[in-house]
Amino acid sequence: MKKRLLALMLAGAMMFAAGCGGSSSGEEASSAPSSQDASSQEASSSGEAQTQGEGLFPAVPKEELKVGVIHITDPAEGSGYTYTHDLGIQGMQKNLGLSDDQIIRKINVADTDATQIETAMRECIEEGAQLIFATSWGYMDICEALAEEFPDVIFSHGTGYKSNGTNFNNYFGRIYQSRYLTGIAAGLKTKTNKIGYVAAQNQENAEVTGGCDAFAMGVASVNPDAQVYVKVTGSWFDPEGEKQAAEALIAEGCDVIGQHCDTANPALAAEEHGVWAVGYNSDMAEKAPKSVLTSTMWDWSVYYTAATQAVIDGTWTGENYFGDMKDGLVVMAPLTDLCEEGTQEKVDEAKEKILSGEWDVFTGPIEDNEGNVILAEGETLSDSDITGGIHWYYKNVVVK
Amino acid sequence: MDLFIKFLVAAVLAGTPLLFGTAGEIVSEKVGHLNLGVEGMMSIGACAGFMAGYYSDSFLIALIAAALGGALGALVYGVLTVTFMANQNVTGLTLTIFGIGLSNFIGVYALSFSPNGTLKLPEGITAHMRSIHIPGLSDLPIVGELLFSYNPFVYLGVVLAIALSFYLSRTKTGLNVQAIGENPAAADAAGIRVIRWKYINILLGGAICGIGGAYCSMIINSGVWISNCVGGLGWISVALVIFAGWKPANAIYGSLIFGALRVLKYYVPKSYVNVPVAVYDMLPFLITALVLVVSSMHKSKGVNIPASLGLNYYREER
Repeated sequence: MKKRLLALMLAGAMMFAAGCGGSSSGEEASSAPSSQDASSQEASSSGEAQTQGEGLFPAVPKEELKVGVIHITDPAEGSGYTYTHDLGIQGMQKNLGLSDDQIIRKINVADTDATQIETAMRECIEEGAQLIFATSWGYMDICEALAEEFPDVIFSHGTGYKSNGTNFNNYFGRIYQSRYLTGIAAGLKTKTNKIGYVAAQNQENAEVTGGCDAFAMGVASVNPDAQVYVKVTGSWFDPEGEKQAAEALIAEGCDVIGQHCDTANPALAAEEHGVWAVGYNSDMAEKAPKSVLTSTMWDWSVYYTAATQAVIDGTWTGENYFGDMKDGLVVMAPLTDLCEEGTQEKVDEAKEKILSGEWDVFTGPIEDNEGNVILAEGETLSDSDITGGIHWYYKNVVVK
Repeated sequence: MDLFIKFLVAAVLAGTPLLFGTAGEIVSEKVGHLNLGVEGMMSIGACAGFMAGYYSDSFLIALIAAALGGALGALVYGVLTVTFMANQNVTGLTLTIFGIGLSNFIGVYALSFSPNGTLKLPEGITAHMRSIHIPGLSDLPIVGELLFSYNPFVYLGVVLAIALSFYLSRTKTGLNVQAIGENPAAADAAGIRVIRWKYINILLGGAICGIGGAYCSMIINSGVWISNCVGGLGWISVALVIFAGWKPANAIYGSLIFGALRVLKYYVPKSYVNVPVAVYDMLPFLITALVLVVSSMHKSKGVNIPASLGLNYYREER
């Protein structure tokens, strides 16, 4: 009896599996001709585009535009990375007057899972998206592959470095400018001359390391005696680790805690121990009003609005975007009352130099913490070095 | 020296949520039910405790709500595995996924009513979560900091683990419960109410896990709600059960060791030992694997794994 039952179950399982297989291959079959359609459309459209001269793609009537957005977590978490990206999308939607059903959001798309990323993007395309914003680093390779398969869909990828010059570009910002300014606030505030920095990734990651260096240079510009202690969590999102790292820094005598990680826990740990903090991503003064001096923030709506407008107008050029403080993409939250007197003046002075373009953060002389000269007087780092080449710590940084 | 004391304090704080998760899981495994839903029950407890605290402004109500939330998650598991005899592994995994999803959903829903995009517990309740201060004792050098200056959860966890240890090995009910985990058919024949005690223990285990969840949302995240706030601690607790050899009292030092290993990377100066942080992240599990190997070599002593763990009890097949 048992055996027969087992056989029946197995047979059932096989039928189920066959059914699944059938349906999935069917899906593939149906998606194949649509991609061919797409490429033939593209052939004609690129011809048109060339006659227009400026953009690579024809203008899309605003009402017909659909924008796909791929998020790594749920924007509703309310403070970190995805939240600020989605605020940018909402801002773009408002600026351009798009309706809700023109935005296709795919949330909780793990950036380590290639299948999941691909599925999310294909779903966007099937729903008619002409423009897809992929907000996380790990989406880069899939964007590259799909950009080839769907030449008339524009893939705009955040924080990476790959692009193809036509329908796949990358966008990012000079967040280090804001970090430099917040470093000034921290450098003026510290009494122990020890400033902590909770970093998500180690020296290998140029984005985190460069941000930390900029922060440390801001500190050094007003307080040459202060040191910046860095602790690495090894994860972009680790609520417990971020708190523990901050507490360990406070135990070592740090009285201002900066951060490059997702949660407000370092700032909250600072609040609990009666020291100060500099937030990141959103204005963390709302979560930790008793510790936060200021925060480094993004306003992604600046780019999302410009890029979407370009697609609507048919002026998309496929160029990479590297926004800065002048564009409004990179922002420093207003200084709170907790800052030392005179902080505003110092910050404004440096900000003025950055905004006018006469000076930027990575301008020599710069020495790393092992005594090597990175830049001589007057030299500057190229953009490609800033995004991918900073694997050194500024001279006042101590890795703890 | 001072930094070493701080390290020990951090280890205790990091170990406390694991202690709750482990103690809860041991209680459940003692009746033969491997509940892989610890992470889910902790998530539900974290959410229930947080929301109750947020709206009632009472630490006690928050604690009770967290325990009830965890027990509710365990009830789902109990009904499916005890009454309907579903596969324990699958049910536990499902409970984890469900629990995390449910608590994130409720959190996001509550956030949508928040004027500034933040849910933070009111001051009245965070005051209770701060480290206690006993005049005299807490001021003692070293000892005061090491023993008398933690938040209330830490003491609750230790008391609970000792009480559970007493319950399981020193009371008649506890011994009966252990008999169920070893051989439910024999226990049934001896007149022990197998189904009833399975339910009671599974629910009790869930409630304890739920309090561990409240630790995550109220202490680790300082009373600010974030999604996925348990962050994998439930899974580490499941591993810690093996490390503790199914003894709640062992879970106390087991969680301390695991906690120490988890904060080690922030306290070992890079100037002395410079290894990638991933090495530290690996340590607790490497040690669990070692414990498994060592304990399987000495079959006779120290191995308290309930013999019927993971097996459902069909009374009709006796």
